Amino acid sequence: MRILDLPELSLVALVGVSGSGKSTFARRHFRPPEVLSSDYFRGLVSNDENDQEATRDAFETLYYVMSKRLARGLLTVSDATNVRPEDRKKLIEQARQHHVLAAAIVLDTPERVCQERNRSRADRDFGPHVVRRQSADLRRGLANLEKEGFRYVHVVRDNEQVEIRRTKAWTDKKDQAGPFDIVGDVHGCADELRSLLTRLGWKRHEMEAPEEPWGAETWRHPEGRRAIFLGDLADRGPAVLDAIRVARNMISEGNAFCVRGNHDDKFARWLRGKQVQVKHGLECSIAEVEPLTPSERGKLAAFLDGLISHYVFDGGRLVTAHAGLREPLHGRASAGVREFCMYGETSGETDEFGLPVRHDWAAEYRGKAMVVYGHTPVPEPEWVNNTANIDTGAVFGGKLTALRYPEREFVSVPAGREYATPLRPIGWPAGKNRTSQQELDDVLDLQDVTGRRMIETRLLRAVTIREENSIAALEAMSRFAADPHWLIYLPPTMSPPETSAHANYLERPEEAFAYFAKNGVDRVVCQEKHMGSRAVAIVCRHADAARLRFGAEDGRLGICYTRTGRPFFHDAEDEAALIARVRDAASRAGFWSEFDSDWFCFDCELLPWSAKARELLVTQYAAVGAAGEASLQASLAALESNPLTAEMAAVYRSRLDSVRRYREAYRLYCWPVRAIEDYRLAPFHLMASEGAVHADKTNRWHMETLHRLAAADPGFLIATRFLEVDTGDPQSAAGACQWWEELTAKGGEGMVVKPLDFVSMGAKGLIQPAIKCRGREYLRIVYGPEYTAPDQLPKLRARSTAAKRSLAVREFALGLEALHRFAAREPLRRVHECVFAVLALESEPVDPRL
Amino acid sequence: MLLSITNTASPAADLGYILHKNPANLFTADVSSGRAMVFYTEASEERCTACLLLEIDPVELVRGARRAEEYVNDRPYTASSYLAATMSRVFGTAMAGNCAQRPELPARALPLEIGVPVIRSRGGPEMAARLFEPLGYTVSVERHPLDAAFPEWGESSYYRLGLRARATVRDVLTHLSVLLPVLDDEKHYFVGAEEVEKLTRRGEGWLASHPMRHTIVSRYLKRQSTLVDQAFEQLLGSETSEVEQAEAVAEKAAHVERELERPMTLHTHRLHIVATRLRELGVKSVADLGCGEGKLLRRLLADRHFERILGIDVSHRALEIAAERLRLDRLPERQRARIEIAQGSLLYRDRRLAGFDAATLVEVIEHLDPARLAALERVVFEFARPRHVAVTTPNREYNALFANLPQGKFRHGDHRFDWTRAEVAEWTRGIEKRFGYRARVESIGPVDEAHGAPSQMAVFSLPEEAR
Repeated sequence: MRILDLPELSLVALVGVSGSGKSTFARRHFRPPEVLSSDYFRGLVSNDENDQEATRDAFETLYYVMSKRLARGLLTVSDATNVRPEDRKKLIEQARQHHVLAAAIVLDTPERVCQERNRSRADRDFGPHVVRRQSADLRRGLANLEKEGFRYVHVVRDNEQVEIRRTKAWTDKKDQAGPFDIVGDVHGCADELRSLLTRLGWKRHEMEAPEEPWGAETWRHPEGRRAIFLGDLADRGPAVLDAIRVARNMISEGNAFCVRGNHDDKFARWLRGKQVQVKHGLECSIAEVEPLTPSERGKLAAFLDGLISHYVFDGGRLVTAHAGLREPLHGRASAGVREFCMYGETSGETDEFGLPVRHDWAAEYRGKAMVVYGHTPVPEPEWVNNTANIDTGAVFGGKLTALRYPEREFVSVPAGREYATPLRPIGWPAGKNRTSQQELDDVLDLQDVTGRRMIETRLLRAVTIREENSIAALEAMSRFAADPHWLIYLPPTMSPPETSAHANYLERPEEAFAYFAKNGVDRVVCQEKHMGSRAVAIVCRHADAARLRFGAEDGRLGICYTRTGRPFFHDAEDEAALIARVRDAASRAGFWSEFDSDWFCFDCELLPWSAKARELLVTQYAAVGAAGEASLQASLAALESNPLTAEMAAVYRSRLDSVRRYREAYRLYCWPVRAIEDYRLAPFHLMASEGAVHADKTNRWHMETLHRLAAADPGFLIATRFLEVDTGDPQSAAGACQWWEELTAKGGEGMVVKPLDFVSMGAKGLIQPAIKCRGREYLRIVYGPEYTAPDQLPKLRARSTAAKRSLAVREFALGLEALHRFAAREPLRRVHECVFAVLALESEPVDPRL
Repeated sequence: MLLSITNTASPAADLGYILHKNPANLFTADVSSGRAMVFYTEASEERCTACLLLEIDPVELVRGARRAEEYVNDRPYTASSYLAATMSRVFGTAMAGNCAQRPELPARALPLEIGVPVIRSRGGPEMAARLFEPLGYTVSVERHPLDAAFPEWGESSYYRLGLRARATVRDVLTHLSVLLPVLDDEKHYFVGAEEVEKLTRRGEGWLASHPMRHTIVSRYLKRQSTLVDQAFEQLLGSETSEVEQAEAVAEKAAHVERELERPMTLHTHRLHIVATRLRELGVKSVADLGCGEGKLLRRLLADRHFERILGIDVSHRALEIAAERLRLDRLPERQRARIEIAQGSLLYRDRRLAGFDAATLVEVIEHLDPARLAALERVVFEFARPRHVAVTTPNREYNALFANLPQGKFRHGDHRFDWTRAEVAEWTRGIEKRFGYRARVESIGPVDEAHGAPSQMAVFSLPEEAR
């Protein structure tokens, strides 16, 4: 049994004449979807597998499918004769385009056998000359297959027993999960490397059996960490050989990896005697190897030649390459990949220093894997779209930087001195006062929000956003929403309980308690519900925090926006006054130091309702009240003046009473606002602060924490009253119901019942984060002034909360996801994606009275 | 909602015969919108008052509403098309002028008083007088307070309407059945061709000569111009002299011109200038950013010089209208291949915008919050980066010349800013500096010496070397 090695991701060309047994071979050694047969595609486009006239369409279709498979990283087999070089050239092009290796398996079956097989098959009605010609074509090209670009060529004789072994790519280190210390461009700064390793906790050791020219110096980490060198060990610096030796010895002990840098590559070529220009620091490396013997130089060249372009670690979560790598190239192999890894993407132009102008691939990077790279010296390491350039120019007198993985922590040591002068000064452009990520985030990309989307969240595995909802959200977001830099959270919608068992009520707390009890929540927090407008307030300690943390250059100290992301205030001064007031309260309450944060995100209710809803109040709510009272009064007077209508008069007295109660209800939520002092803010969740999303706390914690804040400015901030209830204890629940009745008797909105834990999971997954129990009088504003009439209420009782609840859970998961991503300093598009999705979900049709 | 009719001519109770409703009884009927009732509040020798009370089922009224505020609705309380529909149902005999027992009564003009406790009047209190006085009514209108607890909220648009006239009950009921919905101006049902017939029937003898006939017809037919035309043809064709007809036609033509052409001219002119400049610049492909309902697109499509046209707008609804107006699904293949429309937002980078010779932003930027203008600038000038960009925006200084525009108000409800000529110049310089374009600003529309032209356009071009 002969073993044929094939790279796990490759394009395999079966080469052989008609009747040589290609399809049989393919069936035996590959899975059916991996094999693209020209006959099959001919049949697909023409109904006839042998219709030669359909060949062109068949191949077009075949290549289309092949291209999709290769782009997805799937091994693909071409089952066609492939006997002519021009046939194979197309395959080589495909392989190159998708950066996969090309392999050829030649089926060397005697022509006689092939002719015999074809004769015995009714569908092959071509003459023997066809196979004869194919055979001649095949012979002519056989010797050139490797030159054509096939990296693997296997010739299989008829009836030969073979087995295919799929080999992992050299770059595939997915089984290595770290932890790692990834080291930037060393460039012969061996002393700096030693101090960096020391700072990272590595210990120096002498190897037991040192080999020349490698010396004995090696480093081991007591916790088993491994190092990854990002290449460019060579050139420019004072101790190139030492740097290479340390890396080499660590690799040989299995404690390190190293990718190839462009300088390593050039040095290796020089060592092999190739013509290279001796400049850009190569002269330093050359000077050091002068004393080495040719054999030692050979070993050095062999080591450098053995460095590969890039590595993929930790199940695909980490990619390292000298100059970085675009996502479609991760784990791929081609000359193009090699070039990209060493030089990055260049536009072909050069700048005023004669250096190639680089295309900023990281700015457009959307991949899941973290990419760590070097090559272009920067003053400080920075995260950009989950990539980091950690070449901080040690050899140019900067520092040598490492990234600790998975900790995502940068560790640097300063350079001893400037060993080389950079052609282009290392520094940020003038005027840069935000991170590169924040600058990139100034313009979001449409492709990151539109169309049908699946969003993975911590709380729900995948939230689907339908295209029509994205369309609606794009308009709302573009026309009305605040600057996306500030939109780090949108609150979820809230469902009422099931319809009350009491015939006279639509909603009561009993059903909310029952819901939580049924879902295994034995303790809930009941909060007074304020009737105002839902508001998110982001408050920064000072302007620097707003700029540095939110990347906002609008001079705001924070923002107050509605549940659909619209700025609450038209007037910037009003908003600034509100933010300042909350900021001062936070200062007095000692929140900045307590939370070690320069900003807070609060979920609140802003009162009065009339401040935001004035237009609606005037045109709708007050108008209906005015018309209703006048109309019913006149009707009642008429009915009372005829004995025949006395019974009706009683009904109208009650109707009039309903409309008056309705007017009383909305009036409770209205008062004139002239200045910010006339507003009241009731924060009920402290959603997030630096590095923390407070969803891991209890709702009791949120209430108590915000009571302390409110105590710092009681004239402006409302300390929301709350009550804890044991859902299994009837007495405890009854007490809360009584409280609810007191709250709502005069038109108060009611209360919100929340599980004690901010995030609560039930047997069937995430449960409602809150249930609102609205008062009987208040609901007149929602269901109509007279909804309590005996002929109306029964009709309204049939209502389903299922859609609203499903929406609430999805929006809750998305809102928290947005905050978590913001807290983790992910790119704004990742935060915006979630916020945008909440807005999209809000366009789903749901009974607006719920 | 309530309507009362009082007869003050002795014997007043004759009203019962005319209305076909006995004052001693209570009449009830189920009608499509709910339940109607007729009863009398007095029936003496001198005064007799019949009341029509209509109860609308508020739950049925708003079934399936999408917006929360619709559930709080004034329809159960105000006189409207619901009441008018009920009148013809309940008082059908009286409105036909029939009275089997006392056939002479319906034709008798009586001193009548009408009370409508609550009606909404679009057009303010004087609208009621303008509608009813020409028909010989004495009109009293009393406004209901909006909410006494909040005087700062202003006045309500609801009134108590009182009418007095010596007229037949038949005429009064007919007038009310037409004019109450007209005053309220919100018909609850679909208006089709049969409404024209109904209106001409009910308007017989008075509508054609009513000075407010245009408003009446237009509101009654929910402003559907083809129906309005039909109604006028029927109204004027048969009953007016040729002179009057000519007058009416002239009046209508003038009205149409006022309503349509005046606001059109400036915009049409603006589109003409934009298209002309693009042509002069040799532009072959154009992305119209914020294309709205496609007015510029239609103009560009009509000119074969433009080979590739893309319309982008953030409003999905506007694009649907644009597709319809451009007849996209019926264009010949070659024409169709030249144009594409798609939803997009100018605040997000969009790869589809790259590769055009020119982009146009016609009356678009002023719809953006100033804070977000920077994003649009980068999307257009940095990423899409066409060779030319034409931007038009209103000139705020010119607003002073619009008689009916309150000072400090923008021309359009959704405008977030209106710029002066100096502000446009400053913005233009900023774009030149940051993105390497060169700009030329020109006026659009008649130039006023002090205030400039109503609109202004900046055409940005990339210098050869920066392309």
